[in-house]
Amino acid sequence: MAGIPHDHYEPKAAWEKGLAKRLPIVGLLYDTLMIPTPKNLNWMWIWGIVLTFCLALQIITGIVLVMHYTPHVDLAFASVEHIMRNVNGGAMLRYLHMNGASLFFVAVYAHIFRGLYYGSYKAPREITWIIGMLIYLLMMGTAFMGYVLPWGQMSFWGATVITGLFGAIPFIGEALQTWLLGGPAVDNATLNRFFSLHYLLPFVIAGLVIVHIWAFHTTGNNNPTGVEVRRTSKEDAEKDTLPFWPYFVIKDLFALAVILVVFFAIVGFMPNYLGHPDNYIEANPLATPAHIVPEWYFLPFYAILRAFTADVWVVIIAETLTGGIIDAKFFGVMAMFGAIAVMALAPWLDTSSVRSGRYRPMLKWWFWLLVIDFFALMWLGAMPAEEPYATFSLIASAYWFAYFLVILPLLGVIEKPDAQPATIEEDFAAKVSKGDGGSAAPSAQPAE
Amino acid sequence: MLKKLAASMVAAFALTTGAFAAGGAGHVEGVDFSFDGPFGSFDQNQLQRGLQIYTEICASCHGLQYVPLRTLSDEGGPGLPEDQVRAYAEFYEVFDPEIDDFRAALPSDNFPGSALENAPDLSLMAKARAGFHGPYGLGINQLMKGMGGPEYIVALLNGYTGEEKEEAGAVLYENKAFPGGWIAMAPPLYGDDVEFADGHATDLHHLTEDVAAFLMWTAEPKLMARKQAGFVGVIFLTILSVLLYLTNKRLWAPVKARYKKK
Repeated sequence: MAGIPHDHYEPKAAWEKGLAKRLPIVGLLYDTLMIPTPKNLNWMWIWGIVLTFCLALQIITGIVLVMHYTPHVDLAFASVEHIMRNVNGGAMLRYLHMNGASLFFVAVYAHIFRGLYYGSYKAPREITWIIGMLIYLLMMGTAFMGYVLPWGQMSFWGATVITGLFGAIPFIGEALQTWLLGGPAVDNATLNRFFSLHYLLPFVIAGLVIVHIWAFHTTGNNNPTGVEVRRTSKEDAEKDTLPFWPYFVIKDLFALAVILVVFFAIVGFMPNYLGHPDNYIEANPLATPAHIVPEWYFLPFYAILRAFTADVWVVIIAETLTGGIIDAKFFGVMAMFGAIAVMALAPWLDTSSVRSGRYRPMLKWWFWLLVIDFFALMWLGAMPAEEPYATFSLIASAYWFAYFLVILPLLGVIEKPDAQPATIEEDFAAKVSKGDGGSAAPSAQPAE
Repeated sequence: MLKKLAASMVAAFALTTGAFAAGGAGHVEGVDFSFDGPFGSFDQNQLQRGLQIYTEICASCHGLQYVPLRTLSDEGGPGLPEDQVRAYAEFYEVFDPEIDDFRAALPSDNFPGSALENAPDLSLMAKARAGFHGPYGLGINQLMKGMGGPEYIVALLNGYTGEEKEEAGAVLYENKAFPGGWIAMAPPLYGDDVEFADGHATDLHHLTEDVAAFLMWTAEPKLMARKQAGFVGVIFLTILSVLLYLTNKRLWAPVKARYKKK
C-alpha cells in the first residue's frame, strides 16, 4: 500500500509462507500497522484513534444494552429504567453509551476542523474527505435514532420535529414522511424501525471507516506542513516518516488516555449534564415540551435550519421565483443539509495551491472565524426562536456558507502564501530544535 | 374509559400550560446536599427520614412506579434491614395479573404508581426537573453549584405564597418556583407534618430537604456506585496516561536526538 516506498512483510517460517500464499492477511495487517507516517504530525492527528475507540465503545456497550432493552412504546421507557436499576452495571453501561455519543462528536468535530485547517481534504485526498463526510452523516443519523429509543419526551418530540422536516419537501414530502415513520405520526412502528437502523448503521460506519483508512493509506497521511513525503527512494521517505507502530500508536494511546480521564470524570460525576432533563419524563404525545432542543452536537445545524424564516429576503426571493414551491420550511431544510454539502465540496471550492493553513496568512483568520461561528451557532441553536437570536443565527449561518462558497474560492486568487519548508524532515528538525516534546511551531498550533 | 381519557387530557393540559410558561421559570436556590460534588454520598438517615415523609404524605397521591421496594435495603440507599422492607412492602397493595386480583406488595414488587391521575410519578422527578440550565443556557449553575432537580424540589415545596385561585373548576395555588406560578398541588408540607423517631428537626425547610434527598435517591439509586466507578476510572486512567507519556517520550527520544541542536 501507499505510494511511499517502504519495507513489506516477508514471510519467513514455512507456515507463514504457506498462509501468505493462501490468505495474505498477515501482510495486510503488517502493511497497515507499519505504514510510513509523517514524523511531524502534531496533537491534532490523534482524533482518528479516539474516533475508532468511540465506535468500538458504542458498539460494545450498545450490544449489551440491547440485551435488556425493549423496543415498544409501552415498555421502552420502563426497560431503560430497568437497565438503570436492576441490571448489574446497567447504569454505568447506559451512561457510557450516552456520553460516548458526545465524545464521538467532540472527536469528529475536532477531526473535521483539523482537516479544514491543514487542507487534508485537498487532492489527492478528496475521496478520504468524501467518505469521512458520509461517515459523519451516518453518525448523525445513528445518534438521532438512538436518542429516540429511551422514549422520553425529547425522544418523541425530537423525532416528531426532525421527521417533520421531510414533510417540508414539495410534492412528495407528506408521503415520504409517512413512509419514514411507518404511519401518520411517530408511534410504535417508528420506534421499531429506528431501533433496527440504530443497530445496523454502526456496522455500515465500521465498513466505511475501513474504506476511509484504506483511502488515506493509499495517498499517505497529510501533515501540518501539507508538504508531501518524498517518494524518490526508500531512504528519502524514511527521513520524512516513521512507521505507525510503535511511534504513533503509543502517542495516540497517550492522548486517548488523557481524553478518557475527562470522559470518565463526566460519566462518573455528571453523566446527565449534556443530556436534556425532559428525557426522564416518558413520551407523551399530548404534552409538547416548551422548548424542543436537540442534543448539543446537532445544535449548529439546527440553528441554520431555524435561521431562514419567511421574512428573510433570500427566502422571499426563492418563494416568489418558484411560485411558493420553496417555502421557508423547505428552505431551512435545504440550508441545513446544504451546510454539510458545502463542507463536503471543500476540495473543489478551495482554489489555493497551498495545502496547509499554516502557510496561508489570510485563511488563518477566516478559519478561526469559522470555528467561532460554529460555536456561536451551537449556542444559538439552544436559544429560543426569538430576537435577537434569530438575527444572530442568520448572520452566523450566512458566514458558514460564505466561508465555503466565497472565501475559499477567492482566497486562492488573492492570497500570497508564506514560504513552505522543502521537506517534512526540515519542519520536524525545526520543531525539535525549537522546543522539546509535542509543541509545534507556535504560529500554527490550533488549540485542541 | 372516557373518564380516564378526559382525566389524562386535563393532566396533559396542566402539563402543557406549566411547560409553556417555562420561559419565566421560578427562582431556585442552591442547597448543600450531602450527595453534591464528586465525593458526595447519600446520608442514610436523611434518606430514611425522606422515605417516612414520602410514605406519610406524598404517597397518598403520588407513586414511585419505577422503584423496586427491595432496593430500600440497598447499601447505597436507605439501607433498611430486609425484614423491615418486607413489613414496609405489606402496606401497599399491588395488582397481580397472575391471580387477577390485588394483593399485599412483596419486596420484589415496585412501589405502586400514582393514585391520582394528575399527580405525576415521582421516581425520576429529581432528574426530570433539573432543567433550569442557566445562565444563558450554559448550565454553569448546574456545573459550579451542583444545582439540579433536588434544589428545584426544595424550592417548589417552600415556594407557596398562600394565594389560591379557581380556574376551570380546579383550585390552583400560587408557587414562586413552579413554572407559570400556579400549581394544582395544594401545599403538601407546612412543617411538623411528621415526627421522626430520632427527634430530627421537622421544620418546613428540613422536611423538604429530606424528601428532596430521598427523591434524588429514587431517581439515581446507583449514584454512589457511579461516583466510585468514575473515581476509580479517573485514577487508573491518570496512571495509565503518565505511563504512556513516559513510554512515548522514551520512544521518541532517539528520533529527536538526531535533530537536536548541540
